[in-house]
Amino acid sequence: MLAFILRRLVQALIVMVAVALIAFMLFQYVGDPVVFLLGQDTTPEEASALRTALGLDRPFFIQFWHFLGNAVQGEFGISLRQGIKVSQLIAERFPATIELALVAALLALVIGVPMGVYAALRRGSFLSQVFMTISLLGVSLPTFLIGILLILVFAVHLGWFPSFGRGTVVQVGGWSTGLLTAKGWHHIVLPAVTLAIFQLTLIMRLVRAEMLEVLRTDYIKFARARGLTDRAVHFGHALKNTLVPVITITGLQLGGLIAFAIITETVFQWPGMGLLFIQAVNFADVPVMAAYLCLIALIFVVINLIVDLLYFVVDPRLRIDRAGGH
Amino acid sequence: MIVTLKRWLDSDIGYSFRSSPTALVAALIAFICGFAALFAPWVAPHNPFDLATLELANARLPPAWYAEGSKAFLLGSDDQGRDILSAVIYGARISLAVGLVSVVLSVLVGVTLGLLAGYVGGWVDAFLMRLCDVMLSFPAILVALLIAGVGRALFPNAHETLAFGVLILSITLTGWVQYARTVRGSTLVERNKEYVQAARVTGVSSLRIMRRHVLPNVLGPVLVLATIQVATAIITEATLSFLGVGAPPTSPSLGTLIRIGNDYLFSGEWWITIFPGVMLVLIALSVNLLGDWLRDALNPRLR
Amino acid sequence: MSLLRVEHLVVEFPGRRGTLRALDDVSFDIAPGEILGVVGESGAGKSLTGAAIIGLLEPPGHVAGGAIHLDGQRIDKLPPEQMRKIRGRKIGAIFQDPLTSLNPLYSIGRMLVETIMTHLPVGAAEARQRAIQLLKDTGIPAAEERIDHYPHQFSGGMRQRVVIALALAAEPQLIVADEPTTALDVSIQAQIITLLQRLCKERGAAVMLITHDMGVIAETCDRVAVMYAGRIVEIGPVHEIINQPSHPYTRGLMACIPDMSRERDLLHQIDGAMPRLTAIPPGCAFNPRCEQVFERCRQDRPELLAAGATRAACWLHAQDGAAP
Repeated sequence: MLAFILRRLVQALIVMVAVALIAFMLFQYVGDPVVFLLGQDTTPEEASALRTALGLDRPFFIQFWHFLGNAVQGEFGISLRQGIKVSQLIAERFPATIELALVAALLALVIGVPMGVYAALRRGSFLSQVFMTISLLGVSLPTFLIGILLILVFAVHLGWFPSFGRGTVVQVGGWSTGLLTAKGWHHIVLPAVTLAIFQLTLIMRLVRAEMLEVLRTDYIKFARARGLTDRAVHFGHALKNTLVPVITITGLQLGGLIAFAIITETVFQWPGMGLLFIQAVNFADVPVMAAYLCLIALIFVVINLIVDLLYFVVDPRLRIDRAGGH
Repeated sequence: MIVTLKRWLDSDIGYSFRSSPTALVAALIAFICGFAALFAPWVAPHNPFDLATLELANARLPPAWYAEGSKAFLLGSDDQGRDILSAVIYGARISLAVGLVSVVLSVLVGVTLGLLAGYVGGWVDAFLMRLCDVMLSFPAILVALLIAGVGRALFPNAHETLAFGVLILSITLTGWVQYARTVRGSTLVERNKEYVQAARVTGVSSLRIMRRHVLPNVLGPVLVLATIQVATAIITEATLSFLGVGAPPTSPSLGTLIRIGNDYLFSGEWWITIFPGVMLVLIALSVNLLGDWLRDALNPRLR
Repeated sequence: MSLLRVEHLVVEFPGRRGTLRALDDVSFDIAPGEILGVVGESGAGKSLTGAAIIGLLEPPGHVAGGAIHLDGQRIDKLPPEQMRKIRGRKIGAIFQDPLTSLNPLYSIGRMLVETIMTHLPVGAAEARQRAIQLLKDTGIPAAEERIDHYPHQFSGGMRQRVVIALALAAEPQLIVADEPTTALDVSIQAQIITLLQRLCKERGAAVMLITHDMGVIAETCDRVAVMYAGRIVEIGPVHEIINQPSHPYTRGLMACIPDMSRERDLLHQIDGAMPRLTAIPPGCAFNPRCEQVFERCRQDRPELLAAGATRAACWLHAQDGAAP
C-alpha cells in the first residue's frame, strides 16, 4: 500500500510540474513577464533591473526554476487588470468559491443519490420516469441557462431570493464566510442550486446505472435465494456495492464543480475565483490566469489523491494484503 | 436509396426506432431545427444582420401575442430592432455549425490517435494514454477557457474568423479523448488477433488492416459517443459564448444572444434572452435523446 | 409423501417475436432426503427448472402452466413475501460460480449471521455460534478466525464450502444445486460433492442436483431425470439410467462417455444438435436425431411411459403396441 501511495504522489508531482510548465510559458511568452511582475506603471529603470535580475537572457530551465520557486510560494506577480498582487486577489476570492462548491456538492449528493436509488429499484414507475426526464433536462440545459431561468422565476418574478452577490459575510480568521448569516444563506441558495443541478443529474444517472448493474449480479441472486428481505438485499447488499464506485467518482467530480463555478459565478456575480478567472480571460490578464491554473491543478491533484485513498478505506479487497490462507 | 431506407427500417435498429416515440419526436425536432438553420436565409422572416433594415422604432417589442407586439416580429425584438425569431434561427445556424464541425474534428483526431496508439504501442501508446488521463481529469470548460484566453492574449485584435477558429479548436481539443480511448481499446484487441498477424506477415500494409478490420468494429460506439457529444459541444459553445469568449456579437450564436439578452432581464424584456435559450434546449434535448436511444439500440446486453 | 412435486410445469418467455416456451410440461417428484440428479445439455432447461422452483425466474420469464408443491403446499402462485420466507428456510440454493456468488464487501460471518437471523428465531450471539459451527461442518479450518474474513481471502474450493454453509444456514429441507462443481478444479470437485452429499444426508435434506457431469451423477444421486429441449425424456433410478437406459437420447448420452476399459477408435456422438427453443419439431423433440424414429414420433408427443425400471418419453415403449 505504501508503494501505491508513493507512486500516486510521484504522478501527482509530474502533473503539477507539467501544469506549472504551461503556466510558465503563458507567463513568459504571452506578453511581458516584467510587466506581469511589477505592474504596468513601472519605470524603465525598474524594468531593466528586474530583467537582469530575472535573467531573461538565461536558459529556459533556469527561468522555469525561478518561476517554480515563486509559484510554490504563491507569488504570481501583479494582476494586469486590477494592479493588485495576484496572490492577494485569489486569497480574497477563494472562500467564496469553496463555500459555493461545497454547498452545491452536498445538495447534489443528498438529492441525487436517493433519486438514483429509487429510479433503479422502481424501474418503470411513473416517478422514476419523471426523474429520468429531469435528468435528461439537466444534461441538456447548460448551467448558465439554468441560472438565468432561476433568476427570472425566483428573483425577478417572485422576488424570493436575491440574484447577485454574497450577502453579509463574517470573517472567521482569514476566511470570509457567508454561512454564518441568514443573509449569506439567502444569497447562496440560487447559485448553489444552479451549480448543483448538473452534478445532481450525473450522480442520479450514475447511481441508477450502478445499482441496476449490481442488482443483476450473482451475489444478489444468491442473497435473494437465501430469502433475505428486500430491505436487506436492496439497502444492505446492493446499495453498499453501488456506493463504492459512486463515492469515488463523485469525489473526482468535485473538481468539476469548482470549474463549473466559473459559469455560476458569472451569472450571479458571485465574488469568487471563477468570476476572477473569467474577467482575467476577457482582459487577457495573464498572471491571474496562470495562478488560477496552478491552483486548480493543485486542488484537482489533491482531490484525486484523497479519492484514491478513499478506495482503500472502503473496499476490503484492497485493504487486507493476501495473507489469508487457502 | 429507398430500398436501403426500407431495409434499415425493417432491421432491429429500425424497429427500435419506430417503436420508440421519444426517438421519433427527437428526430423530428432535430430535423426541423437543422433544416431551419441550414436554410436560414430563406426560412427567417428578416435578416437581423442587415443593418440597413433595422429601425429603432421597432426596438423592444414584446412577442406577437402581447398587445404591444406585432405580427412582423413574432417573438419580439431586441434593443436595436432586430427580430428575435430571425436572430434565433441564424444563431442556431452558428451553434449547430460550430458544434458539428468540432465533433467531426474531434472524431478525426481521436480516432486517428487511438488507432496510432493501439497499433504502434510502446511509448507512443503510454504517452497518449497518460495524456488522455490527465485531460479527462480536467473539466472541458476549463481547458476551453484557457485556450480561448490564450488565443485572446496572443491575438488581441482577433478577426472574426480567428475567433471562430479558436472556439472550434478549444472544443475539439477537449472532445477527442473519448474516441481515442475507445478506438485504442478496439485496436489492441484486433491487433492481437491471428488474422491481423497473418496479414502483416504477408505484407498487407498496417493502414489497410486498420481501415478494413478495426474501423468497422469501432464505428458503433464512436457513433453513439459522437451523437451525445454534439449536444455537449453545442452546450459548451453556448457557455463559452455566454462567458464572452465564444462567437462574437457580429455573428452571434445562441449563447451570445443569451448573453446579450441577459442585460435586459431585469427591465422586463425577457424574450430577448429566453427564446434563444428555448431553441438551445430544444436542440440539445433532441440530440441527447437521439444519442440515448442510439446507445440503447446498439447495446446488445439490454435487448 | 413427496417433498417436492412438480406437475406439468410450463415456463414461457414472452418476447418481441412471439412467446418462447422454455419448459414444456415438466413433471417429477423428489422424496424427502433423496438426491435427484437432473442432467442434459446446455439449454435443455435444467437451470430454469431450478429457478422456477425457488421462484427466481428472470422476468419476463414466468410460470405459464402447471403447479409446484412443496411439502403439500402450493408454492408457484405464492405472493412474493411468502415465497421469500420459503426461500432459504425450506429451499436452499447453490449456484455455479463461488467467486461471484459472494458479496465481496461483506464478511462471510456477516452473511451467515444475516441469513440465520432472517429465518430462525435466535439472537445475534447464538447466530454467530451457529455460523461458526456451520463453517466447521463444511470443513473450513480455523473457523472462529476465518468467520470475519472476506470472500477474496478464500480459495475457490473454500468459497464453495462457504456457499454450501450459507445455503444450509436456515436448515432447509430441499437444496437446489445448480452446477455446484462446474467452476471448480477437478481435484476439488470430488471433495465438494462428497461434502454436499454428507451434509445433506446428515440433515435429512433432499437435493436437486443439476449438472451435465454424468460422473457426479453416478457417484451421488439416487434417481436421475434426463432433460431435452425443455422436457424430461427419461427419469428413473440412477443405476438403471446409466446401465440400461430406455430412451434413445439417454442411450446416446451414456454412449458418449468415454470408456477407458475398452479399446475404441472413435468417440461416439449423437448426430445433429439439440433444437433451438424456437424451432422444436412436432411430436417427440428428439425425432430428427433418433436412429429408431418412426412415423408416430413425428406426430404425437410421447408422455413418460413405463419402460423397465425407468420411465421414458418414447413411443418405443408404448403399451398399445404401436411401435413397429
